[in-house]
Amino acid sequence: MSDTIVSLPDQSTARIPKVNFITKENGLLSWLLTGDHKRIAVLYLISLSFFFFIGGALAGLIRLELLTPQTDLMATDTYNKVFTMHGVIMIFFFLVPSVPATLGNFLIPLMIGAKDLALPKINLLSWYLYIAGGLLAIYTMATGGVDTGWTFTTPLSTHYVNTNVLTTGLAVFIAGFSSIFTGLNFIVTIHKMRCPGMTWFRMPLFVWAHYAASILMVLGTPVVAIAIVLVALERTIGIGVFDPTKGGDPILFQHLFWFYSHPAVYIMILPGMGVISETISTFSRKRVFGYTAVAFSSVAIAVFGFFVWAHHMFIMGISNYSVLVFSLLTMLVAVPSAIKIFNWTFTLYKGSITFETPMLYTFGFMGLFTIGGLTGIFLGTSGTDIHLTETYFIVAHFHFVMVGGMLMAFLAGIHFWWPKMTGRMYPEKISQLAAVVTFIGFNFTFFPQFILGTLGMPRRYASYPPEFQVLNVFSTAGATILGVGYLLPVLYLTWSLKYGEIAGNNPWQATGLEWQTQSPPLTENFLETPIMDHEAYDYEWLENQKEKEVASVG
Amino acid sequence: MDHISPVLWQFLVKWMTNFPLFPPEASKIAPQMDALYFFIALVSLIGLVIVILLVTTFCILYRKGRHPVAVQIEGSTLLEATWTIIPLGLFLVMFVWGALIYFRVYTPPANAMNIYVVGKQWMWKAEHPGGQHEINSLHIPIGKPIQLTLISQDVFHSFSIPAFRVKREAIPGRYTSVWFEATMPGTYHLFCTQYCGTNHSQMIGDIVVLTPDDYKKWLAGSTSGMSLAQNGERLFASLSCNACHNAKPDARGPSLANVYGSKLALSSGGTVLADDAYLRESILNPSQHITQGYAPIMPTYQGQVSEEGVIALVEYIKNLNSNYRIDQTLNTTDLLPEGEGKAAPVPAAVAAPKAAPQGMVKP
Repeated sequence: MSDTIVSLPDQSTARIPKVNFITKENGLLSWLLTGDHKRIAVLYLISLSFFFFIGGALAGLIRLELLTPQTDLMATDTYNKVFTMHGVIMIFFFLVPSVPATLGNFLIPLMIGAKDLALPKINLLSWYLYIAGGLLAIYTMATGGVDTGWTFTTPLSTHYVNTNVLTTGLAVFIAGFSSIFTGLNFIVTIHKMRCPGMTWFRMPLFVWAHYAASILMVLGTPVVAIAIVLVALERTIGIGVFDPTKGGDPILFQHLFWFYSHPAVYIMILPGMGVISETISTFSRKRVFGYTAVAFSSVAIAVFGFFVWAHHMFIMGISNYSVLVFSLLTMLVAVPSAIKIFNWTFTLYKGSITFETPMLYTFGFMGLFTIGGLTGIFLGTSGTDIHLTETYFIVAHFHFVMVGGMLMAFLAGIHFWWPKMTGRMYPEKISQLAAVVTFIGFNFTFFPQFILGTLGMPRRYASYPPEFQVLNVFSTAGATILGVGYLLPVLYLTWSLKYGEIAGNNPWQATGLEWQTQSPPLTENFLETPIMDHEAYDYEWLENQKEKEVASVG
Repeated sequence: MDHISPVLWQFLVKWMTNFPLFPPEASKIAPQMDALYFFIALVSLIGLVIVILLVTTFCILYRKGRHPVAVQIEGSTLLEATWTIIPLGLFLVMFVWGALIYFRVYTPPANAMNIYVVGKQWMWKAEHPGGQHEINSLHIPIGKPIQLTLISQDVFHSFSIPAFRVKREAIPGRYTSVWFEATMPGTYHLFCTQYCGTNHSQMIGDIVVLTPDDYKKWLAGSTSGMSLAQNGERLFASLSCNACHNAKPDARGPSLANVYGSKLALSSGGTVLADDAYLRESILNPSQHITQGYAPIMPTYQGQVSEEGVIALVEYIKNLNSNYRIDQTLNTTDLLPEGEGKAAPVPAAVAAPKAAPQGMVKP
């Protein structure tokens, strides 16, 4: 057993603890009316996966249409609706809530030694808002869809389409409040509910990342809500804020929209970065290299993240001088991300590394996020942005960051904390295979799109010049592999709920407080309030604990 | 490969080995932008290789089998500073280099030939100064700086020529501009890159770059018999602009001769540069832009003149350096037969340029 750190209890005698948050109460109502952050996290996990596979199916349709240069699978109108709904569902109903609402919800109270989030009922309300928004989005899709693109650009969305803009806008608006409440809950919890001894600089970096993301959620989301309300008023009673013939300014909408939607990128990626900090530390048995630098870089990203929105608008006729300012600020926000990548890399240095599935996903994240970040520099540089923006280069860039980065981190986190959430291990070999398949499929799908973008292929095109076909065929073929990579975890994780090995409290020998309680945890999380008497990622403390236990048992 | 049909095999080989990986460089700015592109690509590649090498090396050296006990390391200020300062320095180099190119692309030289482009769902219309109109294509000569003045009639569009590495948003209600100088004759893609509704992917066209001789031939073969400014002059007369803007001592509107490019004092205080955008605004929204000393009596022409019509008027006023022609055309509209000059929609005007000035919106 030199190639793994997994240490499971003796399978012949081990049992899942009889009393835990899953078995405490039974019946559908006990789930739908729960205030337990862990149960709400599970509700989120199920509903998020549902929306992910709807969004994924839409992505499959997009890639299928783009297999040939002509529009032969669907009409252009249908294609426009498909990519719009793909964007809306994936961003607002999967990526934004993904890590915070599932892993964050489940783990933040456990990690800081609290019984629950500060506002359990608000937490449940968040989930209901999310579901209401999500179902409304599905309803709009079923009743004709919307074809504005997920960016709702005015005046297209206000005056020129007659699809379900209002209902989709309402769906996003409602889901936005879910996000605000979650952020608020996290901020209050992290400030007020830390156990004795849990100082700010003893918190796991996962909690720091969520703190930074929560600030963005609370401050950014209201702005997109306002933008949506203005679009609705413009559509219904024509107030003219975005209408040049009434003295309005159509670009104003984009300022408002990106003021949220750029920070939203960090809402999505920061929690993912938090996951990576945990996994990389655990599987190299080392404290994260430069803990404070990583913690502060999260906060720096959150702060700078608010001042770069206009880099989405370099060619939109904003003044050349504001382009200068926003390009410079974009370069500054790139630095903390670079810092994080190097800190994670050096966490490996002189560690004792093993390669379980979460670690493989972590390596996948580091590779793909590095490419995604570096290609962002092409776009933050104002000169090259002129050529590359609004093409497949952009599409490839944000999929590398969002799917290659965020989704890899999400899967790393799901595998890493699966034993804690369910009490059972996932099957190791097949999940390692899934991680590798996902990585290969991902690169096949999205790398050709960088070349397509450089060639000038515009995004949101249902048809394209024939010379772009070969690269599009590569991309579609890769998407098929990627699809398999995403289906596998659903199958074996479901299988493991019944047949997985019993995990015990701490299968990874990790240091976080969440690993010092039973799996799955009690509804109250801990038998008695824990006391944090060591730094985060203190593996020597863990060794001492084990020795003490052995001594007391012996 | 004998189990695969040779014809199919040939086809596959040809198909798989014959696709472009990089767009042609057909403008003066293209090689400059590509130099920056490859610089960033090189830096990115080095960065990526460093990360991959480090991760791989550490994974081999410090895997559990080889290195069973981890050595706890707090961090290193020196290393932290290194990987903060070096990327920051490189990013700043890219920022400055990129900004230089950005300013070059969006700062047209004074001697550039101006072509107006109107975007609408879902076509591009180009208005050449010589009066040539084109839809979804643009003919230009090599070796001459061309400035495009863009506007959209409805939603956001974006005029993109990948082979030239330039792109500019066409915005409703506002002129934007971009310039380029083509260097290689040929036909290149024109794309609308800003999502604009149902037929977004069909809002494409050809940029035809011609040698100066071929360009002259094209100009001669495509003229409508009237230059853009002349068309604007007819529109000026038929809208009775000359009733007030006639430079007579008792004129109710200011003289427009040489107004383009001058600094105007407004009645609201302050001065304004009379550029294309100002001229357009004062036709469509005159009460906001009253020249000092005149009463706000000019009616709005919003909804009465199409964007092409405004362009013709702007072009006419730009080229107006005396009031002689206005005197000549003064009140000639009264002499026109009833109905002429008012009813013809734009496409009819293209077919029969003598019928009516272009650009009037059907009442």
